[in-house]
Amino acid sequence: MSGYRLADRGLVDRSRTIGFAWDGRTMQGFAGDTLASALMANGEHVVGRSFKYHRPRGVMSAGPEEGGALVTVGAGARREPNAKATQVEICPGLTAFGQNAWPNVRFDLGRVNDLFNRFFAAGFYYKTFMGFGRGTAEWMFFEKLIRHAAGMGSASREPDPDSYDIVHDFCDLLVIGSGAAGLAAAELAVAEGLDVVLVEQDFALGGALLGSAETVGGQPARAWVEARIAALNGARVLRRTTAFGLYDTNVVGLYERVTDHVTNADPSLPRANLRIVRPGRIILATGAIERPVAFGNNDRPGVMLSGAMTTYVNRFGVAPGHVAVICGGSDSVYADAIALAGAGIRTMLLDARETGPAALAAAASAAGVEVHPGYVPVAAEGRGAVKGLQIGRFALDGHVRAERSLACDCIGVSGGWSPAVHLLSHRGARPLWNAEMACFLPGSIHDGIGVAGSVAGVWRTGDCIAHGQAAAAEAVTALTGRKPRAPQAPAPGGWTNPIRPLWEVTVPGRKLKSFIDPQHDVTTEDVRLAAREGYDSPEHMKRYTTLGMATDQGKVGNVIGLALLAQALDQTVPETGITTFRPPYTPIPIGAFAGRARGAHWQAVRQTPMHKVQADAGAVWLDAGLWKRAWYHPAFPGETLGDAYVREAAAVRRTVGMVDVTTLGKIQVQGPDAAEFLNRVYVNGFSKLPVMKCRYGVMLRDDGIVFDDGVTWRLGENEFMTTTTTAHAATAMALLENLLQTRWPELRVHVASVSDQWGGVAVAGPLARKVLEAVIQGDVSNEGLPFMGIIHARLRVADGEIPVMVARLSFSGELAFEVYARSGHCTAMWKALRAQVEAHGGCAYGMEALGALRIEKGHLTAAELDGRVTLEDAGLGAMASKVKPYLGMVLSRRPELTRPDRPKLAHFHPVTEGEKFRIGAVVCEEGNVKGHGIGWITGVTVAPALGGGWLGIGFVRGGYKEWQGRQVVIADPVRGSQVLARVASPHQYDPAGERMHG
Amino acid sequence: MLRIPCPFCGPRDHSEFSYEGDATVKYPALDASEDEWFEAVFLRDNPRGPHRELWHHLYGCRAFLIVERDTLTHEIRGARLAHQPTAEALK
Repeated sequence: MSGYRLADRGLVDRSRTIGFAWDGRTMQGFAGDTLASALMANGEHVVGRSFKYHRPRGVMSAGPEEGGALVTVGAGARREPNAKATQVEICPGLTAFGQNAWPNVRFDLGRVNDLFNRFFAAGFYYKTFMGFGRGTAEWMFFEKLIRHAAGMGSASREPDPDSYDIVHDFCDLLVIGSGAAGLAAAELAVAEGLDVVLVEQDFALGGALLGSAETVGGQPARAWVEARIAALNGARVLRRTTAFGLYDTNVVGLYERVTDHVTNADPSLPRANLRIVRPGRIILATGAIERPVAFGNNDRPGVMLSGAMTTYVNRFGVAPGHVAVICGGSDSVYADAIALAGAGIRTMLLDARETGPAALAAAASAAGVEVHPGYVPVAAEGRGAVKGLQIGRFALDGHVRAERSLACDCIGVSGGWSPAVHLLSHRGARPLWNAEMACFLPGSIHDGIGVAGSVAGVWRTGDCIAHGQAAAAEAVTALTGRKPRAPQAPAPGGWTNPIRPLWEVTVPGRKLKSFIDPQHDVTTEDVRLAAREGYDSPEHMKRYTTLGMATDQGKVGNVIGLALLAQALDQTVPETGITTFRPPYTPIPIGAFAGRARGAHWQAVRQTPMHKVQADAGAVWLDAGLWKRAWYHPAFPGETLGDAYVREAAAVRRTVGMVDVTTLGKIQVQGPDAAEFLNRVYVNGFSKLPVMKCRYGVMLRDDGIVFDDGVTWRLGENEFMTTTTTAHAATAMALLENLLQTRWPELRVHVASVSDQWGGVAVAGPLARKVLEAVIQGDVSNEGLPFMGIIHARLRVADGEIPVMVARLSFSGELAFEVYARSGHCTAMWKALRAQVEAHGGCAYGMEALGALRIEKGHLTAAELDGRVTLEDAGLGAMASKVKPYLGMVLSRRPELTRPDRPKLAHFHPVTEGEKFRIGAVVCEEGNVKGHGIGWITGVTVAPALGGGWLGIGFVRGGYKEWQGRQVVIADPVRGSQVLARVASPHQYDPAGERMHG
Repeated sequence: MLRIPCPFCGPRDHSEFSYEGDATVKYPALDASEDEWFEAVFLRDNPRGPHRELWHHLYGCRAFLIVERDTLTHEIRGARLAHQPTAEALK
């Protein structure tokens, strides 16, 4: 290791050396290092290249606000771009790469972009090159080049190999942040018996105290932290866990990293847990984030946040350099300077204030720090890394006059502190600007949330502890009514001398390149450009410059940008406004939100109780919503769909076929008012339907459009079973519940879904009765079971008999029966029926043949009832009752819904034999093929029963009667086909219904 | 995530429910005038602040609830059964 590792300090475990790979080179760090601290210890100062200009970048912070050290971690399918090296915990075998550079971050050819930076100012996407030529070809060409040159790391294109779990969690009190305030809050709440969850995004608890040399409660900060951790017995402490979002009703999203820091992790473990927590109360002890200062070349490797330097020295035992200049305008920088000097680093301190705090200044001097009151940084010197700092003083005009240079190899900056109010912002609470402390403080806070520590602008450690205890006591009182002893909540503040906010250092006559969003290469000049061009609201400025839109979401730069915008507009910060922080606080892998719901687990799969017996016989499956339905049943391996369905449909017309119809929705409707209820719901009447008879019915929506259709079975005076289409099984059930509970509460009716309780098989064809006679114990003759009749019967199966209900219904247009059995009996039913169907020369048929049969017959499915179609359009106008009102009746009579030229159901035959069109094609008039045409196609099949050619079903303006004997063009502009077709009645096949009734 | 206090099931995530519209709408008789039906089906207020909404506890007890929700803050102030006879029977 290089000369940057300090011998005598830090919390890293020097007994455990850890090897890792950086840009293909092997390096070593210690257990407890982050990738950032380990790279610094190895003397790697340039660890990335910037987004647009390819400027060299180094470590700028020690936390999630990092804007410089963005790296790619892992390789292959696990390659994760834009990880912040300050948050990556090193572990044996860790592989990381610098990004946005070629061939590498130390020598990057893309740096030429920096020379052309005037082309890349704010909004360059919108205007540069727009004047070239007339077309867009040139622009496209340049855009491609720019997009290639600008960017961050690239994600793996392979599927995420890791698993994630979603955990639903509850607790009394959730404490977010484990600094002084969070630990104090958790300790008190645990002592009061609350169920506490404490989350910390870092792998170590302690927050800012981890890097602090101060004495807390009479002991070193580290010992105080250890004592608090020991007192958290019973609390659930989640380290490596980020509270990424705060949502309505105070639900909190946590992202808990489980294996990222583990080499060769147990493959049964998830990579991370997404915890959805519903806490009784929340305490935000999220701390504050230090802001940088905008001055010339403030993105040079070696420039970092002042507090981060202290963290590297005290927590990681790494020196950021050998000669340091610390620059700031508040009291906090004195402790940083003293910490660096104490580690043997030659340290100079620039305090922007002419008068600093006397005691702190004396302590700094005593520690060997050279203090320069009234001085500010002007420009960093050095190309690849910092070699010096030009400094200056404010003149009366508010600008700075440069004076001289200090030789140094690292610069610590502090423009002030921004309380981490992000989570409050997620809930829409607007923070309040505190001009005295130059920061946003939490404004109105929602019920159930407390804040503690520096997130509330409380700066001193002792006050933070008191604040944590006060917030915890408030939570205990709210949850239990008890009033534990606790100090008063301290007021915000705590600095001896007021801050001089340092946003930007400007020197008259000099163009300094001063960055405020290093991730997106946004400079102070970009903000002024946005203001000049009229983007004077923070939300517009943000989008125009992309300030704060990179992976750190503006944790360091947003407030500076806002302050500069306010300056440019000659306003105060609150007059200019605020930007809203939205979830997530830090980036979360998308896989975490999917959890286990991926691949086969993406959604439930529904199989009918006859699935296996059909699958065993070779059925080919079709997805219908969540259902698997048999598409066709190949007669031999390799039979094509086209051959199979024509064969199956022909068998139904000639002999007999059987099909699984279990997926239809089935709803039991019971109660003294059941018939009245159905009378109101369906357009046709049900009160006079005899017991053990069924009837086809159609339901409308309130607005008069057809909602669903199905057959209702009257099983008793007060008991019905109504079936719905497969597609509307759930929505029809919900509608019936809605009507009974909200609209007609006086009706004594109960509805229950029995879709999963019953399985059904339709047996259809001229020989259907013969099949049933062979297996059913019961009268299935035309007298015993007339059309639309129902019987209870027994069906002989391999090892006995099962009870069934048989209804004489036909969707195919043939003599047909539907046989229903309890789900558990369905396999036996299928086998028994199939044996007889095949014995009679028939076969099982699937959805494709079912579709062919119903298209020939002109029966409807959800393809026709698509939410735009009226009863008349569907050819069912005659069904509507004239003697009773029904749902949707009134609005179905609106003029627009009763216009005679509305598209209505029809059949379509290609004029030229063998020509074919497809579902979704547009029906047009001859010589007028354009736009939406005059109709559309909803189903297409080969129609053996109607001449053997192709047949379509669909809608045409005015209906088939308008077009009888005339031709239309069926246009498919997407696929580029036009087919001349003849329009016909949709009821061509057995129009008198002799076959069904026979 | 909204939390809805279901009278049967206790506080539950809104993902268990489906939103079923404005609970303040009074639906007219099935044979009322077209104007009345037009008003009920198509004309909606868009209140800012407290509002009554219908939520169906789809993945729970299947009760329809009248939920009082503030459209501005998303605060849910309470939920009761839409079906008055059941609510009274439970008293």
